[in-house]
Amino acid sequence: MNKMPEIVLFFLAKIKKLALHFKKKKKMKEIMMVYYMEAKSARISGRKVAWITSGGPVEPLIAMDVIPVYPENHGAMIGASKMGTDLCEKSESMGYSSDLCSYARSDIACATVNGGPIGGLPRPDMLICCNNICGTVLKWYEVQARYFNVPLFIFDTPFCHVGYAEEVQRYVRSQLDEYVLFLEKACGKKMDSDHLKAVGKLSLEGQRLWQAVLATTANSPAPMTAFDAFYHLALIVTLRGTPLVIDYYTQLLEKMKDRVARGIGAIPNEKYRLLWDNIPIWPRTRWLSEKLASHNACLVADTYTSAWCGTTKYIDENNFFDSMAEAYTRIYLNIGVDEMARIVLEMVDMYKVDGIVMHSNRSCKPYSLGQYDIQKIVEKERGIPCLMIEADMVDERSFSESQVSTRIDAFMEIIKERKGA
Amino acid sequence: MITAGIDIGSITTKAAVMAEGKIRGTKVVFTGYNAEQAGTKVYEELLAELGMEKSDVGRIVSTGYGRNSVKFMDKAMTEIICHGAGAHYLNPRARSVIDIGGQDSKAIVLDEKGKVKNFAMNDKCAAGTGRFLEVMARALEVDLDGFGTLSLRAGDPSRISSLCTVFAESEVISLISKGENRENIIAGIHESIAARIAAMANRLRIAPLVVMTGGVAKNIGVVKALERKIGMAVEVSEYAQVNGAIGAAFLAAGLK
Repeated sequence: MNKMPEIVLFFLAKIKKLALHFKKKKKMKEIMMVYYMEAKSARISGRKVAWITSGGPVEPLIAMDVIPVYPENHGAMIGASKMGTDLCEKSESMGYSSDLCSYARSDIACATVNGGPIGGLPRPDMLICCNNICGTVLKWYEVQARYFNVPLFIFDTPFCHVGYAEEVQRYVRSQLDEYVLFLEKACGKKMDSDHLKAVGKLSLEGQRLWQAVLATTANSPAPMTAFDAFYHLALIVTLRGTPLVIDYYTQLLEKMKDRVARGIGAIPNEKYRLLWDNIPIWPRTRWLSEKLASHNACLVADTYTSAWCGTTKYIDENNFFDSMAEAYTRIYLNIGVDEMARIVLEMVDMYKVDGIVMHSNRSCKPYSLGQYDIQKIVEKERGIPCLMIEADMVDERSFSESQVSTRIDAFMEIIKERKGA
Repeated sequence: MITAGIDIGSITTKAAVMAEGKIRGTKVVFTGYNAEQAGTKVYEELLAELGMEKSDVGRIVSTGYGRNSVKFMDKAMTEIICHGAGAHYLNPRARSVIDIGGQDSKAIVLDEKGKVKNFAMNDKCAAGTGRFLEVMARALEVDLDGFGTLSLRAGDPSRISSLCTVFAESEVISLISKGENRENIIAGIHESIAARIAAMANRLRIAPLVVMTGGVAKNIGVVKALERKIGMAVEVSEYAQVNGAIGAAFLAAGLK
């Protein structure tokens, strides 16, 4: 550190000052800006950077002071800034199939050109890949491990069709020890288990707060929409386990409770309440929210953002490390269709929705497989209609506005008819 | 009251005029590149044929992909609701509608009052639509109107396995170059469309009576292939192609 040129020290001090300033204000955009600035300057500040999958166990990284960076979050940013199609095409010219996940395609392409909205992700020192969200991440992270020539840790979570077997717990739990050893080697220091405990507590508290924020939309009118949740989600994904997350969601929860108390809805005239399933169509969230609002329809909840607080019941506050094996294994995308349908039915009841909008996402096979079955189960059990939209989370070539528009109009005609409006 | 329905589709634009619950006249024109112009044209020409003035018409509902491009309608409604209403008007026993139009196909399940209970549409792909047939007719150099009857003479329908219109076209071209007879190829094309539509319709659990609407309903080959695939009789009204416009005119009468 003492060999650093003055200009670098000056720059670092600036970032730190800015970070303090924004941490007080707690605005998402600034927090994320500081987060990426810190990650990008990690090399000069002497910190390590790990790329990790969205459903991966991040707490040990936080406890080791490693900066976690999420290629999937980056993929969402690429999609939202409508830069996905170019990057997908670039990856296809590199030889990747257009049938692959568009997060993977845009990330792999982005790494070679440092493109996208933030000029590429900071170079990783290590990669952490947890396959609880899909199988694509294995090959995707192997590609990146070769490209950056950095160590890769694979955290393997067996698929849980029903229940959670003892041998699965043993298998997954043993990998947590390997994970810690991997980190100790990569960072050249020992894990402080007390610190890890504290991080675990903060993580659980953050997840509970996020759940409480989402639960405010059970009120009618809903104080925020799922589109807002897509936005506020960034922190629970990227920085859970840090106090920043607690501050941010505590403040957001207060704001939402205040809106509920004053009867302020997220859309001007909420008449119909809908549930969203699957990852957002990032380049089209604004279009879709305006389209639904024009029908006085509000997306009050979704299966996506709730995935980052859906397994708190498996976490033991006093034994975070052991219990997170189960929590990370039994997430929404790693369970059988019947279990998923049960969760959807609970959400239908809790949020009192009139219909479900399902995004059949060309990119995300584990999320989209089983949607027709869930649709049948929901229609049978609750008698509410489901709309299927074929699209993609990043690649705009898979979106047809006039087709989707007609489907939404027809779906809303049915819902209005049923509600007798 | 006199009402009008205008269905602006991707290939053709249809108009229907109804008076006191009876169909007074219908008309079909090509949409071309200007949906608004096509909608205005078909409406004005139909009124002229019927000897009516615009002021005679009490209410107008537009539907189809171009439903929002005309400005003189009282309300725009989706083709799903309009096809359901049209099918129910023409045959109150109808419980399922299969509509194959120029750029999409859909299956609709109705209740006994003709209200839409559920619907499904083809995914973002031209296979299983009228456009698919047009592309194949061009490749085979056969007039589309002759497609239906030709296919009924097929001895052994060819297998068209590709799900993509572009690839299916090259499959057809290679069948032609192998010397396969035209009737068999056309029958194979119909089988391929029917298989796609049947998968969508079965997913929705359609029930009898099944009626088919849209321009493709004029093709007897597709209708017969569909009957075989879904294992139910499929009825086609003489108004099948203008069914959406009739539904729109019918719904216009009930507007508040």
